Amino acid sequence: MTNLNTSGEELLAVRDLTVTFPTADGDVQAVRGVDYTLRRGEVLGIVGESGSGKSVSSLAVMGLLPKTARIQGSITFQGDELLGLSERKLMKIRGKKIAMIFQDPMTSLNPVYKVGFQLEEAILAHNDLSKDEARKRAVELLEIVGIPFPAKRIDQFPHEFSGGMRQRVVIAIAMANNPDVIIADEPTTALDVTVQAQVLESLRTAQQETGAAMVLITHDLGVVAGQADRVLVMYAGKPVEIGGVDDIYYNPRMPYTLGLLGSLPRLDADRAERLTPIQGSPPSLLSLPPGCPFMPRCPLAKELCAEQEPELVVTDTADHRAACHYSALLAGKQADDVFSASAEDAEMPEAYGAEIAGVTGDVSAPVIDLPKPNTKGSV
Amino acid sequence: MTALDTPADAVAGAPILSVRDLVKEFPIKSHSIVRRTIGAVHAVSGVSFDIHQGQTLGLVGESGCGKTTTSRAILHLQPATSGEVLFEGRDVTKMSKGELRRMRRDMQIVFQDPYASLNPRITVSEIIAEPLKIHGLYANDGAGQVAELMRLVGLNPEHGNRFPHEFSGGQRQRIGIARALALKPKVLVLDEPVSALDVSIQAGVINLLEDLQDELGLAYLFVAHDLSVVRHIADRVAVMYLGKIVEIADGGSLFERSQHPYTRALISAIPIPDPRRERERERIIVQGDVPSPADPPSGCRFRTRCPLRMTLSEADAARCAAEEPALADRGLGGGHLTACHFVDAAE
Repeated sequence: MTNLNTSGEELLAVRDLTVTFPTADGDVQAVRGVDYTLRRGEVLGIVGESGSGKSVSSLAVMGLLPKTARIQGSITFQGDELLGLSERKLMKIRGKKIAMIFQDPMTSLNPVYKVGFQLEEAILAHNDLSKDEARKRAVELLEIVGIPFPAKRIDQFPHEFSGGMRQRVVIAIAMANNPDVIIADEPTTALDVTVQAQVLESLRTAQQETGAAMVLITHDLGVVAGQADRVLVMYAGKPVEIGGVDDIYYNPRMPYTLGLLGSLPRLDADRAERLTPIQGSPPSLLSLPPGCPFMPRCPLAKELCAEQEPELVVTDTADHRAACHYSALLAGKQADDVFSASAEDAEMPEAYGAEIAGVTGDVSAPVIDLPKPNTKGSV
Repeated sequence: MTALDTPADAVAGAPILSVRDLVKEFPIKSHSIVRRTIGAVHAVSGVSFDIHQGQTLGLVGESGCGKTTTSRAILHLQPATSGEVLFEGRDVTKMSKGELRRMRRDMQIVFQDPYASLNPRITVSEIIAEPLKIHGLYANDGAGQVAELMRLVGLNPEHGNRFPHEFSGGQRQRIGIARALALKPKVLVLDEPVSALDVSIQAGVINLLEDLQDELGLAYLFVAHDLSVVRHIADRVAVMYLGKIVEIADGGSLFERSQHPYTRALISAIPIPDPRRERERERIIVQGDVPSPADPPSGCRFRTRCPLRMTLSEADAARCAAEEPALADRGLGGGHLTACHFVDAAE
């Protein structure tokens, strides 16, 4: 698991991707320079809080962003540029080479078509098969993802399936054409934990069965720990740390990552341990000040942080990069060394005042009105 | 409410809140002209527990297991079908309107969604002052009380004239907590208070709740689906499945020596943010989905998905269907109660 698989073939390369949404209030910079490479067979976890740009960057890869979005940078798949490709050419890649699994299984299947039809549709879109062959393959797929009585279930409608089952149907659709890359956008967020465990197992089966590389987008650091080989942490539209899963969890070099890990209540931790919250909330993407976007919440912040936004730079190992001027200071530190866990965090009127005072109107990241991508579970 | 009431002393005394055989059913009506009742959704089917002053009881379970209904029935927001809710010895379910109103000064609730539970059209000060006005306590330096409450939950009192939309999710949840604390209650029902928040914000609210409990000696009923959060905050934990408590124990005992197959599966399904431990862990995968509460299985309600039952002999497995296991001490002591016939077979 720890092998970072640096030798594998480069499948997907995202270079300096920026996505801007023009709105009435100004430009919202949802993604500001995302950069990663995905190699064959590996699982890349992308984590971040709501509004950090993790979904938008993946929708950009699939070419599913609305026309109003301004996209810059480069996204190459097996060496071919995807940005600016015609819809027709993109349709040959979507579903066949790169498949996507969406968050909400309640809405990503079409309610008026039988599950079997939706599966067969995905198969027939890219393969020259007869209807009977497609149906046979569909039953096979349902069996792989662990749906009981697939031959009977295939003639049912989505509303006859529970949430976890629906998500497994969506996974089956995604793996229908043996894609090279599967992008899973919060695949288990809407599900209960025991169902989440079932779906994660199906996802793993799908990945092994197809040999695909996977991008797993989630806000749950626990899910990523168990599934990913490498992790990309995003904050305010920018990657702030990337590295092997062990490096990120045991030796984080960006205060935000450290803070996130410290603020998680853990099942295996003693009750008496106090959580170390990060003060404040993420900045508005509408008008980002210069400097590090995490600066207002960072206990290590110095003058330099306000002036210059740090770039992702290599830390101890070549594969582990962090965007912090002072990342060297964080070597071997625990969250409570850096963040205050004291009782004052609950009663710090000045700090909270400062947090609100700078912002009027919308305090959290603005909600971008994304038109729902036209999807039937997976594309 | 005084500092003299240390939690240890309090636990020894009588519980501040006792729930006995609480049942809540929602009728299912036919669609004919005469809307006959043709069945019932058994949302809560005989739940009992105690909460002592200064103590936190965590109530966990998956969606649809009846945890929110339980919390609402306790406050009489939805009258219970049967059973008793004893608050300081008086039965909430039999109270008159006037008595209920007085009771609510002592028992308050914080809701899950900080975006939906605050009136968007009045200012934060007015939101926090509302309970004081309703109970006729505002005349006694109301504005001062509101400012004090805002300070208590870590908000700047100068921002009292702002509207809820000007605050972030974590701050709004703090406003909801301030409103619940306005009447100086003894019991606070927290219905998934942090599940709508991002993790970095969530930790601050959890710490705040812990501090308030230490400071004010509150008793919490903490309803959540996230076991990691409950492990962190609760003294005692009750696990619900399909309207029933399947296991109840002190926090440490429940997480380290769980007996019920459902509790074990639930614990093993929670991902731990630690890659090395995650790789070593073995998952107990529970098959299938929760059955409909309109037609729950006979005997043990978990039997249709139980991984333990699959390993039992036919006669034993038949017992699961025939006989409902009682929530009883099954050899662990210390108030660790489990509702399973075959806890020994699980070892």
